Amino acid sequence: MIELEIDGQKVTVPEGTTLMEAAATLGISTPTLCWAPNLDPATACRVCVVEVEGSRVLVPACGRKAEAGMVVRTNSDRVRTSRKMVLELLGSSVDLSAAEQVKPWMASLGADPSRMGPAAPPSAAGERDAARAGHHHATDGATAATVCQPIKVDNELYVRDYGKCILCYKCVDACGEQAQASFAIAVAGRGFDARISTELDKPLTDSACVYCGNCIGVCPTGALQPVTEHELRQEGAWEPERQTQTDTICPYCGVGCTLTLHVQDDRIVKVTSPHDASVTGGHLCIKGRFGTRFVAPRGS
Amino acid sequence: MDLRHLDTEPSREEREAVDAVIGEGETLATVPLREARRLRAHLLPALHALQDRVGRITEGGLGYVCRRLHVPPAEAWGVVTFYALFNVDEERPTTVAHVCDDVACRLAGAERICGELAGTLGPEGKAVKGRGWMRSPCLGLCDQAPAALLVVPGAPPTEVLWGGVDAPSVAEAVRSGTAPERGGVQPLQPREALHLLRRVGQVDPTDIDAWRRSGGGAGLRRALELGPAEVIALVGRSGLVGRGGAAFPTARKWEAVARQPARPHHLVCNADESEPGTFKDRVLMEQDPYTVVEGVAIAAFAVGSELARIYVRDEYPLARQRLQHAIDTLRQRGWLGDDVLGRGVKLDVELVRGAGAYICGEETALLNSMEGLRGEPRQKPPFPSDSGLFGQPTAINNVETLANVPLILTEGPEAWAARGVPGSAGTRLFCLAGHVRRPGVVEVGMGTTLREVIALGGGTPSGRPVRAVLLGGAAGGFVTADQLDVPLTFEDTRRIGATMGSGVVLVLDDSADIADLLRRITAFFRDESCGQCVPCRVGTVRMEEWVARRSSGGSADPALLDDLGAVLRDASICGLGQTAASAVQSAVRLGLLGGGR
Repeated sequence: MIELEIDGQKVTVPEGTTLMEAAATLGISTPTLCWAPNLDPATACRVCVVEVEGSRVLVPACGRKAEAGMVVRTNSDRVRTSRKMVLELLGSSVDLSAAEQVKPWMASLGADPSRMGPAAPPSAAGERDAARAGHHHATDGATAATVCQPIKVDNELYVRDYGKCILCYKCVDACGEQAQASFAIAVAGRGFDARISTELDKPLTDSACVYCGNCIGVCPTGALQPVTEHELRQEGAWEPERQTQTDTICPYCGVGCTLTLHVQDDRIVKVTSPHDASVTGGHLCIKGRFGTRFVAPRGS
Repeated sequence: MDLRHLDTEPSREEREAVDAVIGEGETLATVPLREARRLRAHLLPALHALQDRVGRITEGGLGYVCRRLHVPPAEAWGVVTFYALFNVDEERPTTVAHVCDDVACRLAGAERICGELAGTLGPEGKAVKGRGWMRSPCLGLCDQAPAALLVVPGAPPTEVLWGGVDAPSVAEAVRSGTAPERGGVQPLQPREALHLLRRVGQVDPTDIDAWRRSGGGAGLRRALELGPAEVIALVGRSGLVGRGGAAFPTARKWEAVARQPARPHHLVCNADESEPGTFKDRVLMEQDPYTVVEGVAIAAFAVGSELARIYVRDEYPLARQRLQHAIDTLRQRGWLGDDVLGRGVKLDVELVRGAGAYICGEETALLNSMEGLRGEPRQKPPFPSDSGLFGQPTAINNVETLANVPLILTEGPEAWAARGVPGSAGTRLFCLAGHVRRPGVVEVGMGTTLREVIALGGGTPSGRPVRAVLLGGAAGGFVTADQLDVPLTFEDTRRIGATMGSGVVLVLDDSADIADLLRRITAFFRDESCGQCVPCRVGTVRMEEWVARRSSGGSADPALLDDLGAVLRDASICGLGQTAASAVQSAVRLGLLGGGR
């Protein structure tokens, strides 16, 4: 066991515990966007940074392991400034309208993305995919660059709204080594022009995608959505507070994956799996995630 | 791994080029994950083979490389598009002059050259019959600014880095596909002042016998006699710290790797010198490549690595040729190989080529790049000494750092250290450029003042007074004329809020447009951020926007710059983001920005 101090309180945790987990045992919650319970920490979004005494820079609580004698501060001025800035940088460059969890963080830290200036006009379709490393158009600083761009719809099961993408790497990890092993998508480009892409920006239908939807399952900002959810949101009819969630077992094969059915108006509008489900670890296949038509009343 | 591949075919040239570097062979349907990881390290060389041969990574070529190396096509695309020197566009020129428009070359009129080229060769990045030009970040030829890099695909390709260019000579190079070879270099200082640079201009860098006659090899021979532990102890006593910018004690780094029970150990020489204004490592590699390789070999011996790797930036073709020649001839003479000098020690050195990415000079990004991944830094800990290249214990040292090691072993650590001052041992190379009559690499004892270093350049060509110095590069900061008496030690530079960084001393007279330099520096960081973490990916964009507003007379909130500086410094994953705001913040602090206040 390891003893450390977080915000003035002593805490003892097993070896290998992250600072985020250690803080949680004290009831201290840590904001995060790129961390997921069923993936390795990407330590990319930096909204979870905390101050560790003796460390020159802040450290990501999601990935940094607790060490004996560490003195950690999760609410110092340095921490609050960096967290606020990360949220302002994201809020000024990405459409966070579907990232509900961000709103209370913004409010409590007093984040004001508007001080970065008025948003630049969105990019045309394909423009960001055509950006090349080491080259960009000079700015006059009058507007704040964003990643806003048209939604990509190239298949019947889900949409990719990369104007909402914060580049958390979760979809790439879930598609690749850490869950599905399809490797259909990766991060392409560099710097602010980095984006999630198939090879040569081909449509998903020409890629290695198997439509398991595990990328949707881990997306924290609604950049990836099932078509059903996307259409309901477009109609203004997506109402999570009216939805029921029912756990059941997928009937397709013998594996026995736990499904959580999100039902609105007697219609299954989304299927997820609990990240702590022993069989799935939160990940599903195309059948479990999308193959629910047979449940609906005939003719609907 | 069972992957879905592109079904496109390479051309005959593309297939031959790839086969020449990774061998002909069967494309197996699946390979174990472990084997896939080993194959992945061939990705960059295979992509270079395609780029070298046809000037572009085509879909057919990429598909072939992916099938041969079992790399998922989406991931390979992620790697290709990470590097500025890999071309994937039809309209981009294949015979191309990369024209440096970075800090030193700007002072030498690069912007005017670019303007003229747009008239004669057409718009930047647009090929006319396959030929054209592109802007480039610092090419590391600041002593001969303005500089350009000509690349012509073929078997073999032509790659020439040359300086003193103007628009007509660049246009002629693009048309003819040839550029003038650079002549030899003469040091700015008298011979007796030189230690690390003692062979520059004196000893033929391609002649192993001349190097041997000048005392070359004595360091490695001594190392083999002493054994690894004693080598580390001697280097520790010398007080040698890293010359790449971070100033970490070299012996401590080696010790941390040497004591690891896991095998193999790796030694990597970081020759990705890309900090704007820096060219000292290029001069060492071009003018004294044998000593660089000797230092690399000693370090590898000390940390217990049998195969050391030198990661050289792609913009340095002559350095790569000279290093490769040095490695080959040293191997022929038994200085490298399975039984070095008959002492039963196995030791070899190989080169790895970068592909146009400043971030790969960050040590963990460099490791990822060598593994065939995107050059994104890793979160530390774990440190490379615990888990580095391929997850094995790895020491990573800068070129200048390692080039000092043979000297330390032959002269003794005390004599070596005494050229500096306590706490800042030995001599140090500085890259003197900008508004100086005689630019070049200079070698001075640590503790020499900045004014004395600048004086070696013979004053400003205009005779105008020095207004400021960009010290340490784009990741460093400005020093004003009243601070030139600062002794160049770690402590003294820190005291005035500056850093020696990679040894850049870019002199600016009072005619220099500092706002313009800052626009270039912020554009540089925006271009070179890997994009992994939010503070750097978006923060560098907001910095560029802030400087653009400020320098065009618009409203730029000082509190916002402070906050950008704070999040970049505190919350970025790596040193690129952590230092990206320092030049701008120092210029503002010193009143150098905005109407010459």
